[in-house]
Amino acid sequence: MRQIAFYGKGGIGKSTTQQNTMAAMAEMGRRVMIVGCDPKADSTRLILHSKAQTSVIELAAEKGSVEDLELDEVLVEGAWGIKCVESGGPEPGVGCAGRGVITSITYLEEAGAYENLDFVTYDVLGDVVCGGFAMPIRQGKAQEIYIVTSGEMMAMYAANNISRGILKYAHSGGVRLGGLICNSRNTDREDELIMELARRLNTQMIHFIPRNNVVQHAELRRMTVIEYDAQNSQANEYRQLAKKIDENEMKTIPTPISMDELEDLLIEFGIMEQEDTSIIGQKAAATA
Amino acid sequence: MTTTPETNSHIPLKVLDHTELFKDEVYTKQFETKREFENGADDAEVNRVLEWTRTWEYREKNFAREALTVNPAKACQPLGAVLAAIGFEGTLPIVHGSQGCVAYFRSHFARHFKEPVPAASTSMTEDAAVFGGINNLVESFANSTALYKPKHIAVSTTCMAEVIGEDLFAYIRTARDQEAITQEFPVSYAHTPSFVGSHLNGYDVMIKGILDMVTAGPDAKAPQTGGKPQLNIFPGFETYLGNLREYRRILELMGVAPLILGDHSDALDSPANGEYDLYPGGTKLADAATAKFSKASVVLQESTMRRTAELVRDTWKQETAVLETPIGIRGTDQFLTEIARLTGLPVPAELTVERGRLVDALADSHAYLHGKRVAIAGDPDLVVALTRFVLECGMVPVHLVSTNADSGFKARMEKVLSASKFGDAATVWPEKDLWHLRSLVFTEPVDLLIGSTYLKYISREANVPLLRVGFPIFDRHHLHRQATIGYTGGLSLLTQMVNTFLDELDRNCLPHSFDAVR
Repeated sequence: MRQIAFYGKGGIGKSTTQQNTMAAMAEMGRRVMIVGCDPKADSTRLILHSKAQTSVIELAAEKGSVEDLELDEVLVEGAWGIKCVESGGPEPGVGCAGRGVITSITYLEEAGAYENLDFVTYDVLGDVVCGGFAMPIRQGKAQEIYIVTSGEMMAMYAANNISRGILKYAHSGGVRLGGLICNSRNTDREDELIMELARRLNTQMIHFIPRNNVVQHAELRRMTVIEYDAQNSQANEYRQLAKKIDENEMKTIPTPISMDELEDLLIEFGIMEQEDTSIIGQKAAATA
Repeated sequence: MTTTPETNSHIPLKVLDHTELFKDEVYTKQFETKREFENGADDAEVNRVLEWTRTWEYREKNFAREALTVNPAKACQPLGAVLAAIGFEGTLPIVHGSQGCVAYFRSHFARHFKEPVPAASTSMTEDAAVFGGINNLVESFANSTALYKPKHIAVSTTCMAEVIGEDLFAYIRTARDQEAITQEFPVSYAHTPSFVGSHLNGYDVMIKGILDMVTAGPDAKAPQTGGKPQLNIFPGFETYLGNLREYRRILELMGVAPLILGDHSDALDSPANGEYDLYPGGTKLADAATAKFSKASVVLQESTMRRTAELVRDTWKQETAVLETPIGIRGTDQFLTEIARLTGLPVPAELTVERGRLVDALADSHAYLHGKRVAIAGDPDLVVALTRFVLECGMVPVHLVSTNADSGFKARMEKVLSASKFGDAATVWPEKDLWHLRSLVFTEPVDLLIGSTYLKYISREANVPLLRVGFPIFDRHHLHRQATIGYTGGLSLLTQMVNTFLDELDRNCLPHSFDAVR
C-alpha cells in the first residue's frame, strides 16, 4: 500500500486534481481510499456525487466520542469502489482543526480502515501550518507528497514553503517529495517555469495539466471528468498523471530555495519586474 | 496555645494539627460569623437542599445529566504511562508537555505509595506551544541523561503536546541526530492524549511502546530459563505491589519462569537502608526483549491491556490468554488452570492447601457476610473481579460503577452476575461517576462500599462503611504492599472485609449484643 498526500496553496485545485487522478487510478484497477483532511470536507464530493460527506469529527461530536463511531458510518464507497472519508473539523474561528485530523486518522487506523488497499491519498488544506496538518506525513503515514501548483507567484511561494516542511520531516520521518503537479492557470511560460522550479527544488514536474472548461462542467455535476466525459482529452491528462504517479521512481528530499531566489526566478521568466528601489516609500503624488 | 514553650525539653514538641486546632473557640466563632460576608443560606435551607439531593427525584435528574461529569473515578493517560515506565530497569519516564502535569503524576503516586517517583517533564511553555516542543524534548534528553543516568527513557505526552500534534517519533530521531543521546540509546514512546481514555489506556500504550522498542533490538532472542517454560505476565495497571510479588511466587512454585511486564514492585516499595536509588528493580530490558519468544502470554486486565494483547496475539502470533484478574476462589482457580494448560505443569499441593484455607476462612466468616448489600466503584477490570469475589462471599452486589469502563465491560459483568443467584439485584453502571454513585447509595442503600479513597465522602455522608480497594488510596497506609490476588490475596481481602463489618457491629450494636465472641 502506498500512502500519498496532496498539498498546495488554497484554491489551487488540489481536491479536483486529486479526485480526478484517483478516479483514473481506480479505473486502472487500483484499490483507492481518499482521506480528506480539510475542515470544509469537500475532498470526496466528485467521487460520491454529494455535497459534503458526513465527516468523522462531525459524527463524533454528535455521538459524544470517536469511540462510538462505526467505520461504515464514515467510510463510504463511491465510483469505482473508491473509499472515501472526510476528517472534517470545527466551524471557522473555534477549536482546533489540526487535532481533528489527528483524531480522525488515529480512529481510521484503529478501526481497520487501512486494509486491502493499493493507494491511500490525503487531501490536505493549504499550507503545512501546524502539527495537525503535518499528520499525514508523519511516521507510517504518507511516504510521498505531490504539490499542486501553478505558474502564479503565490502558488509557487506556497510550493516552496511546503517543501520546507517536507525537508523537516524527510530527515526525521522519511517522507519524500514525488513531484510538482502544474495545474495550469495559463500564465506565460508556465510549464518552463514550473520545470525550473522543480529542478531547483530537486524534484520533477510530474505532469502539466492544461486548463480545460470540462473540469468545471464535471464539477457542477459533482463528477470527475473521468466519469462525466471519459473520452475527453482532459480525462486522458488525469490518466497520464495517475500512470506517472503509479510508476514514479523519483522520490527526493527537496531543496527549498530562499525568497530572493524565488523572486529572481520570477524575474528571469519575466513574471516579475526588477525591483525599482527608488520607489520604495514614495507616495502616489511624489511619483506622479 | 498551639505549642509547648520549652525548646530544650526531652518531651516531644506538641504541635496541634488542624483536627484539634480548629476546635478552639477562636475558630468556631470565625466559622459562624464569616457566614454573613459570604451571603450564605441558613442551616435550614442548606439542609433542605441537601436532603433533596438524596431523593429519587434528584437521582433522576442526576442520571439525566449529559454534558457534565462530577468526580469521575479515573485519572489521565500519561499517569498510566509513568507507572508502565517505572516497571522497567533504569527507566526514566519523561512526559512531553507542561510541567504541572508531571508534578501531578509524581504527587499522585507519592500519596498512594508513600514513595518518591522519578519522572521528568520537557517543560513546554507558551513559546513551545507556538513553535512546537522539539527543542524541549531534545534538551530534556541531554539534561536527563547527564543528570540522572537512566538506561532507558520512556516518553509519553500531555494534552498540550497532543493538541499541537507533536511527533515523538520524529523528535526522538532528531534528538539522536543532534547527539543529545547516542544512536543506540533505548527510547520508547507512546502518544497519551488525556482527553480520551483514562490512565488505563496510557498504561497499555506505554507497555506496547516499550515492547515494540525492546523486541526490535539485538536482545530479542529466545530466553535462557534452564528448561522452564517462560510465560509473559501482563498484570496491567496494578497498584498492589504484593500482587506483582504474588504472581511471581505462584508461577515459580508451579515451575514456570515468569516474565512480568512490567514489574514496578521494587520501584515503589524500596527499603529505607540509607541509600537512595533512583531506579530500584524493574523488569530487565534484556529480559523484556525475549518476550516475543515466551511460550505464551497471560493478560490479567482485559480492559486495560487491549492494545498490548493485540500486539502479542496478532503481530507476534503468540498464544494469549486474557483472564479476569484472579481475585477470590474462582478467579484464582481459572488462573492456575490456565497456567497449567499453557505449560503442561501441575498445580502444586502447596497452592491447593492455600485454596483450602481460603475456603475455610470464607465458611468461618459467612454469617457476617451473607446477604450484605455492596456497592463497588473502580477501574473496570477491578470491578469485574471484585464483583465475582463478593458473590463468592454470599454478598449481594447492588451498584457497580466504572467511570472508565470500555465497551466490553457490561457483557463481562453480566457473565459474572448471571453465574450466581446473588447477582440478580445488581445494576451495572459503565461511564457513570461518583456523584451518580452517591445518588444510588442514598436511594437504594447498601451495607458496604468498596472502592478508592474518594468514596470516603459518600461513606461518611451516608454512614456506610468503606472497604478501601483500588487506586488511589491516599488515606490508609500500606495497603498497596499486600496482595489481593491468589488464594492468599483473597484471604487478605476477606480479613479486611469481615473485620470492617465486625467493627461496625461493635460500634453500633445494643449493649446486650456487644459480645466478646464474633
